[in-house]
Amino acid sequence: MWRVGTVVALHDETATARTITLEVPDWPGHVAGQHVDVRLTAPDGYSAVRSYSIASAPNPERRVQITVERLSNGEVSPYLTQEVIVGDRLELRGPIGGWFVWRSQQTEPVQLVAGGSGIVPLMAMIRSRASAGSTVPFRLLYSVREPGAVFYRDELRELSAEHRSVIMTYAYTRTVPKDWPRPPGRIDAALITDTTWPADLDPTCYICGPSPFVETVANLLTASGNDRDKIRTERFGPTGERK
Amino acid sequence: MSSHIAYLDGNAAAGELSKVFAMDVTVAQGKCKHCGATRRFAEAHLYMEGPGVVARCCVCEHVLLRLVSARQGVFLDVRGLTYLRFDTTE
Repeated sequence: MWRVGTVVALHDETATARTITLEVPDWPGHVAGQHVDVRLTAPDGYSAVRSYSIASAPNPERRVQITVERLSNGEVSPYLTQEVIVGDRLELRGPIGGWFVWRSQQTEPVQLVAGGSGIVPLMAMIRSRASAGSTVPFRLLYSVREPGAVFYRDELRELSAEHRSVIMTYAYTRTVPKDWPRPPGRIDAALITDTTWPADLDPTCYICGPSPFVETVANLLTASGNDRDKIRTERFGPTGERK
Repeated sequence: MSSHIAYLDGNAAAGELSKVFAMDVTVAQGKCKHCGATRRFAEAHLYMEGPGVVARCCVCEHVLLRLVSARQGVFLDVRGLTYLRFDTTE
């Protein structure tokens, strides 16, 4: 049930978040939105398991990427973001979860809403759409503390610029870039109306972020006419580590 | 009722449940024994802060399932579910 992956690349997304690319020889393939459980075991046998969303699109190379945000009081994330080096081996269980997923056969419009590191599984969906050559309309509303906290910035810029393939909106909660049209603030009803698909297009909505964020956005999307059955959610725990 | 505690989605239990189930329980439809609501298990409210996993109905908050890993084995209590329906055509 537990597989072993070898770290083949490391990339810093922000000052506190790192993407780890693993090569997993017996990886059976995954669907965008799924997660893996990572198990770390200390020399004395003590072990800790945390769940991380997969950031990479399904690929034939049996590679799995996760992006880990370092939590100051974390038990696992400081190790994954500061100690791990290329060549290290990590134990993985997965791919896991068949509900919070987007498959490239889907044809309806997609609304993605990310809170902070909740962007990770949604990025897998955006990458999966691109690699499958899907032309399904995608919109992303990405709520983030400040410009420096954005993950995958350059790739998102490219994917949204190219024929405006994915329509992107950033919502900064604390600090905005210079000349930004909106003051910093949380996602509210007006922003939902202005930047998400109208409910009559019947989009499937995927929301990922901390629990209160997901709750607020799910309620706003429902209030703006979206069917609760078309809203799929993935909440982080209080530690920020999906467990 | 523990609705003031932050809960996760049923999705988050997929890894733990894979210890005992051959199929992915989170995509199954489950019927709540208390209120009769039928929902995907992924939509249940999940509490993972305790020694195990507790899944509650997203409509009435009654306990659907408990899973505890102890030294002597894994305990599974599904008394809150009338049934789980797995779609074998997907």
